[in-house]
Amino acid sequence: MGADVDNAFVSLEGVRFSYGDREILKGVDLSVRRGQVVAIMGGSGCGKTTLLRLIGGQLRASSGRIEVAGHDLSRLGRKGLYALRRRMGMLFQFGALFTDMSVFDNVAFPLREHTDLPAETIRDLVLMKLNAVGLRGAERLQPAELSGGMARRVALARAVALDPMLIMYDEPFAGLDPISLGVIGQLIRRLNDALGASSIMVTHDVHESLEIVDYIYFVADGRIVAQGTPDEIRASKDPFVHQFVYAEADGPVPFHYPAAPMGEHLLGRSTA
Amino acid sequence: MNGATTLLRRIGARVVEGVWRVGFAARFFMLVLLYSGQSLTRIHLTIREIYFSGVLSLLIIVVSGLFVGMVLGLQGYETLQRYGAAESLGVLVALSLARELGPVVAGLLFASRAGSAVTAEIGLMKTTEQLKAMDMMAVSPIARVVAPRFWGGVISMPLLVAIFSAMGVFGGWLIGVVFIGVDEGAFWSQMQAAVDFRYDIANGMIKSVVFAVAVSLIAVFEGYDCTPTAEGVSRAITRTVVSSALAILALDFVLTSFMFRG
Ligand SMILES: Nc1ncnc2c1ncn2[C@@H]1O[C@H](COP(=O)(O)OP(=O)(O)OP(=O)(O)O)[C@@H](O)[C@H]1O
Ligand SMILES: [Mg+2]
Repeated sequence: MGADVDNAFVSLEGVRFSYGDREILKGVDLSVRRGQVVAIMGGSGCGKTTLLRLIGGQLRASSGRIEVAGHDLSRLGRKGLYALRRRMGMLFQFGALFTDMSVFDNVAFPLREHTDLPAETIRDLVLMKLNAVGLRGAERLQPAELSGGMARRVALARAVALDPMLIMYDEPFAGLDPISLGVIGQLIRRLNDALGASSIMVTHDVHESLEIVDYIYFVADGRIVAQGTPDEIRASKDPFVHQFVYAEADGPVPFHYPAAPMGEHLLGRSTA
Repeated sequence: MNGATTLLRRIGARVVEGVWRVGFAARFFMLVLLYSGQSLTRIHLTIREIYFSGVLSLLIIVVSGLFVGMVLGLQGYETLQRYGAAESLGVLVALSLARELGPVVAGLLFASRAGSAVTAEIGLMKTTEQLKAMDMMAVSPIARVVAPRFWGGVISMPLLVAIFSAMGVFGGWLIGVVFIGVDEGAFWSQMQAAVDFRYDIANGMIKSVVFAVAVSLIAVFEGYDCTPTAEGVSRAITRTVVSSALAILALDFVLTSFMFRG
């Protein structure tokens, strides 16, 4: 076990979760220490976003234990959860910018809601955050005027506006060109170190994450199937890890959502 | 037999689902009231919604009120003059508007103009995960998004009803006095003598407040409760307009039967 459970800022033990009858997570153990940047990888639809939602307290695990900053999430009421969330930042997979506010107001939103800072201070903070993601010049634009990658960078600036202790990124690299990708990767690392925070990053970008993270978990079929530091991952003989790192189509990770064989499906004998 | 069972089952399921939804809506209403503090302490949030729901509905309310009043003037004169009571035209116009047409017609217009817009906005915010993002930032979407829109509607609609009725009286006067030539003195003095503030105006205002609460609640609830897809939002908008209309007409009957028993 590479992760040190006692010193964990976030820890999951035997976490299970189902949407209706479909069990998405079948017992996940995972931990993130203070100061660490951890990546979660896995095939599309394997439950990575669900995992972040569980850590953020938006979904409740059906069994198992989730702890964040020493609080057991299942025992936390709404007030406690909100108090905890003030110290969390989350970058949503699709940005989720407020469409009725400008870029500036989006980033200022958490500051205005949770602090009594004077307008000039808020302005300075917002411009600093926007500058970090390279979009200081876009402060007056409306979300509809941004490209997908720009919107996600603004969302990133908003997620870290309150200098959180725990930052969760749901695919921060999706839709970024190679240059922004490198810059954002470095930014995630630097932010984490500057704030002394912990970061969890869901991503498909193996090579970028191997550069910046401290630890990697691979999720498949509702479980953690492999884990390790970047060096361990690079050296790994595990077929699963190998398939991911070298982007092979065949291997333990199925490309297809479970379905009846194609022939049967086309002949209409199955409704799966 | 089999068909009948299926039909019964379906009806049963519909009824149970309907009761559930009413339960959800009631719980939601309580939550909105509970989280209304911010709508008052940060009044600019509510004022913004009063602008979007109220001010932007002004044009349609003013124009519709004028036309409804003009039609009342024509129809009322045509009937009253048969009995030689054309001077009572002012009474007829004012009472119809204050008691019934003002609250009901303005309410229906408000539901389709502003209620549908509120549902669409909240529904789209839900679909694009903006509400979830807000919740993750420890800001309650009910306090920050829903409650101001609810109060914006509750405050603007009675004002719009008053404007609608005033425009209606003006329209009745325009047709009756200016075009047809009913005696102006009689038009106004009979109106003043016959319209009672408490019995007619106040009851009409109570109606408009009740309708405002119903329409605003339906609009925010349908938006908040919608299925987060394009189709779900469009269904929610339809439901807002249909349920608001039904609610207004049904509540109008109930209120009228309590208020105006003669
Ligand atoms: N609201 C929901 N209701 C029912 N099932 C859901 C819901 N949201 C997600 N799922 C299912 O849960 C599974 C995991 O979803 P999740 O969004 O966590 O995947 P993911 O790992 O983030 O995928 P991706 O990499 O494509 O974003 C998917 O198979 C999906 O079908
Ligand atoms: Mg996802």
